[in-house]
Amino acid sequence: MPTEFEVKEENTEISTSQPIIQLENVSVSYRLPSERIGTFKEYAIRKLQRKIKIEKFWALTDITLHINKGEVFGLIGNNGAGKSTMLKTISKVLKPTKGRVVVYGKIAPLLELGAGFHPELSGRENVFLNGALLGYSRAEMEAVFDEIVEFSELEHFINSPVRTYSSGMFARLGFAVATAHMPEILILDEILSVGDEAFQRKCNLRMKKFQQSGATVLMVSHALDMMEGMCNRIAWIDHGKTQKIGEPQEVIAAYRGENL
Amino acid sequence: MASTPKPVYDSASYRVSAISELKELGKYRYLLGQLIRRDILTRYKRSVLGVAWTMLNPLGTMLILSFVFSNFFKSEVPHYPVYILSGLLVWNFFSQGTNAAISGLVWGGSLLKRIYIPSSVFGVSAIGTALVNLVLSLVPLVIVMMVDGAPFYLSMLFLPISILLLTAFTLGFGLLISSLAVFFPDVAEMYQVLLTAWMYLTPIIYPESLISAKWMPFYTINPMYWMVKMFRLPIFEGRFPSWQEFLPAFGWAAGMLLVGWFYFTSKTEEYAYRV
Repeated sequence: MPTEFEVKEENTEISTSQPIIQLENVSVSYRLPSERIGTFKEYAIRKLQRKIKIEKFWALTDITLHINKGEVFGLIGNNGAGKSTMLKTISKVLKPTKGRVVVYGKIAPLLELGAGFHPELSGRENVFLNGALLGYSRAEMEAVFDEIVEFSELEHFINSPVRTYSSGMFARLGFAVATAHMPEILILDEILSVGDEAFQRKCNLRMKKFQQSGATVLMVSHALDMMEGMCNRIAWIDHGKTQKIGEPQEVIAAYRGENL
Repeated sequence: MASTPKPVYDSASYRVSAISELKELGKYRYLLGQLIRRDILTRYKRSVLGVAWTMLNPLGTMLILSFVFSNFFKSEVPHYPVYILSGLLVWNFFSQGTNAAISGLVWGGSLLKRIYIPSSVFGVSAIGTALVNLVLSLVPLVIVMMVDGAPFYLSMLFLPISILLLTAFTLGFGLLISSLAVFFPDVAEMYQVLLTAWMYLTPIIYPESLISAKWMPFYTINPMYWMVKMFRLPIFEGRFPSWQEFLPAFGWAAGMLLVGWFYFTSKTEEYAYRV
């Protein structure tokens, strides 16, 4: 097992009495895309015929989950299992159709790396734009700007338009902006698989620092070995339901058993 | 266990209302500025003349229209180029602003699905960008007035109020139409046709005196008729609007802003599901 993934700290105090994220019987339903009604005419006709039957697809059904302060919590499961939907209900993007989500800390959601970047703007301009999208103020971004440039190793390119960046540079800048301020809760959706190994190590180090300072990390990834090394607990989601929650080793073994 | 801390987010008590969205917009005012900045900087980033196009664009349209129509309307309207330009600025602001509000929400939709952002930020920044362009395009207006020898009136001091009314109306309408466009994708296309018809139904390139008396009542139900008037009176006729002229414009502006804002915020929780 690669040692750089060993973020787990046995002596880290995890308060089990106070969950920082609570999901109580959370269900989310989407409308099926085929049911989208494109025109007023179509809408009016169907409305008259009382044919507007909304077909629902339940992306999450009856999820109950408590994540404790200071935990590194992982979500695994096949594509389309509902992992991202779950992250969205926690980060206030989707209001659950049923059930309740309560969060006791400030969340820094990690934008899909580089989403929101404008290709024609320089790296510097994009840092401020991206920071603003994540809800930071000008002063907050100015305070960490130098550190972002240093962490992303883009000193010589920060004034060039982002369209000239390689995908690695893109990812580095995105990660550096999103993690520039230590949040109480950090959400990582399939992020750490980007960048070269050296940068991955750097990202892991930063997350380790966050965790030691008491931050809670919620991550989704298909890199099971890495997840096993980093997470305190893992939940396996399948077809919108929790299959198993518990020790990383056990849950991953169960998941692998099912899918091999 | 110690006393339970107050949650930062509780889906059970989370409701987007007209008031709460306004507060969120206040918190995200830095993003608002950044989006406006981005739109203005990137629109002409690869062109040599850059932001100057904001001023050259209406100027070019005005030159063409004056050239084509001056034979028809010259006897009716002195300083016809000024007449056209003053109306065109109003119309361009309205059509650009509302179109940008639609595309802004659709573009922003990909972000709204991933992170929390108050969704009104895209519509408001679209109108903000149009507002910067409007102020910039007052420069060519002044130049054209000087070249054409048109008089400058004291009544032009009324223009900030005109701009305020037009902005409120456009913002309200932009929020309404962009919200509809999320639920009915065809609205965006339909709106282009509507805009063209609407422009010809508003006295922008032809003088108001050409409208026959029997059609006049129909003109006066057009809000853009009143918005254009708020600019034409002080710039072109050299007088402040009367109460009878001001009140319809004010009513449309305030009413549309309220309707647009309340409608938009009542649908906010659904956007992440629908865009």
